[in-house]
Amino acid sequence: MLIIFSIIPMFGLIMAFQKFSPVYGIFGSPFVGLYNFKTLFFRSPNTMQVIFNTVYISVAKILLGLIIPVVFALLLNECRVHWFKRSMQTIVYLPNFLSWVIVAAMFSHIFSVTGIVNSMLLFFGLKEPIMFMASNIWFRPIVILTDVWKNFGFSAVIYIAAITGIDLNLYEAADIDGASRWQKVKYVTLPGILPTIILMATLSLGNVLNAGFDQIFNMYNPVVYQTGDILDTLVYRIGLVNMQYSLGTAVGLFKSIISIILIFLSYKLADKYAGYRIF
Amino acid sequence: MRKNKISMTDIIISIILIGITITCLVPILNTISISLSDRVSAGLGKVYVWPINFTIAPYEEILKDKQFFTSFLVSIFRVLLGGVINVFFCITMAYPLSKDVKAFRAKNMYMWFLVFTMLFNGGLVPSYLLVQNLGLVDSIWALVLPGAVPVFSIILLMNYFKSIPSSLEEAALMDGANPFYIMWKIFVPLAKPAIAVITLFAVVGHWNAFFDGLIYINTPGKYPLQTYIQTLSVSIDYQNINSLSPQDLMKQMAISDLTFNSAKVVVSMIPILLIYPLLQRYFVTGIIMGAVKE
Repeated sequence: MLIIFSIIPMFGLIMAFQKFSPVYGIFGSPFVGLYNFKTLFFRSPNTMQVIFNTVYISVAKILLGLIIPVVFALLLNECRVHWFKRSMQTIVYLPNFLSWVIVAAMFSHIFSVTGIVNSMLLFFGLKEPIMFMASNIWFRPIVILTDVWKNFGFSAVIYIAAITGIDLNLYEAADIDGASRWQKVKYVTLPGILPTIILMATLSLGNVLNAGFDQIFNMYNPVVYQTGDILDTLVYRIGLVNMQYSLGTAVGLFKSIISIILIFLSYKLADKYAGYRIF
Repeated sequence: MRKNKISMTDIIISIILIGITITCLVPILNTISISLSDRVSAGLGKVYVWPINFTIAPYEEILKDKQFFTSFLVSIFRVLLGGVINVFFCITMAYPLSKDVKAFRAKNMYMWFLVFTMLFNGGLVPSYLLVQNLGLVDSIWALVLPGAVPVFSIILLMNYFKSIPSSLEEAALMDGANPFYIMWKIFVPLAKPAIAVITLFAVVGHWNAFFDGLIYINTPGKYPLQTYIQTLSVSIDYQNINSLSPQDLMKQMAISDLTFNSAKVVVSMIPILLIYPLLQRYFVTGIIMGAVKE
């Protein structure tokens, strides 16, 4: 039974090995060695820029995506009105289930020339509307912030679960010792969720080269290629739009290899510091 | 005992929390109100979180839009088909893998096999060529089959199966049940919470996916909903875009039918909003079961 059903995952593996041969005519095409990689790194000047964009965007996302949910979870934990807490959690968790197509559509309205942000800025005395989505200064911050907007509720829920898991006796002991509220957060809650924070941080390490294809693809336009183009979108444009199959595959392979190294590294770290294993 | 006095800190915390929550809601409300406002005010950017000159005209337009309707049906069909396939493969994969290495010797090999595909993939171009060579382009199978075996869900379900006591299985074997019978009649009913989680994963994933529709489907009539919306509202005319200046580009974005598109976005959010209570209940448990286990 299992053999039959493992044929389907084989699809994935076939794909993984196909890339080793240049693709036009999969088995019969001439072998060109590292030629594609050379073209990529030495003959096209914007590859380095794209790699820089990718790392910049994803590192910023990872950092903000760690800090904001933790702060939010801590604040929410301090809030004592139960229904208030619950409805907060429900609302911030919602954007997580919307697709990037929808989120991007919403935000491109909001940041458009006639959008809500510009209307507000004009109201507060700005002379001329800013073209956020077509500005190389604003594009990256917008990408990073919308990503945080979409995903922080989800991570916050994980931290809230971790906070619930902290032994209540610790708080009582802190009360008896006369700890203030801030001290309780600092010496009980934070150390209590530290393993979860470390775990989330190490696991996100594997994503350094994934700056979020779905998001960027839906939000960028040729004007902001300079700051917004990432490896995945480059693969898409080289590989499928321009039909340069082998070059596109080379970029993809480069990304996969770096990623897998990072993933193994992060699992090792996660195992060491948080005792986490897949199986 | 906790003090019930409301202090300054409480107020500050509440204000920050309300601020964050409002930030989460405003974009959604803004889109809904744009879709319910008349074109002129929406185009001028007067609409914030409350519709101006309330109208449901865009929604009436949607009802007449045949393409939207077919895409909606394609999406629903895809969710049903893909969901059933995903759950079926998950169960049949996870059940044998939840057994001990002694009972199933090749287990570790299969496990590595699965995890390897999860960590490493061929990348966009080889995947596309594979689908093309299999002759799946332009059929719904291209959307459903490449992701038919979701490894993360399998691991999650496998862990759940493991927690079911094996004495149940032994008892059933004594009574002469075969392995298939044991799986469907004993393990599957017991693992209902976990199966609910993976079903929801599959449903949300299929509903929200747009990119595979964009690359594998060539006939607009067969686009799933998200792909259709993507082609409409987000990307505008990529053919001659390079010749446009930023100003022209922005103008073109503004001209594109704002209220109508917002209405489409809102309609496509509705199914997710409908199952949101379920999602909220099961997703957290699912994530915690699958990822943050001890």
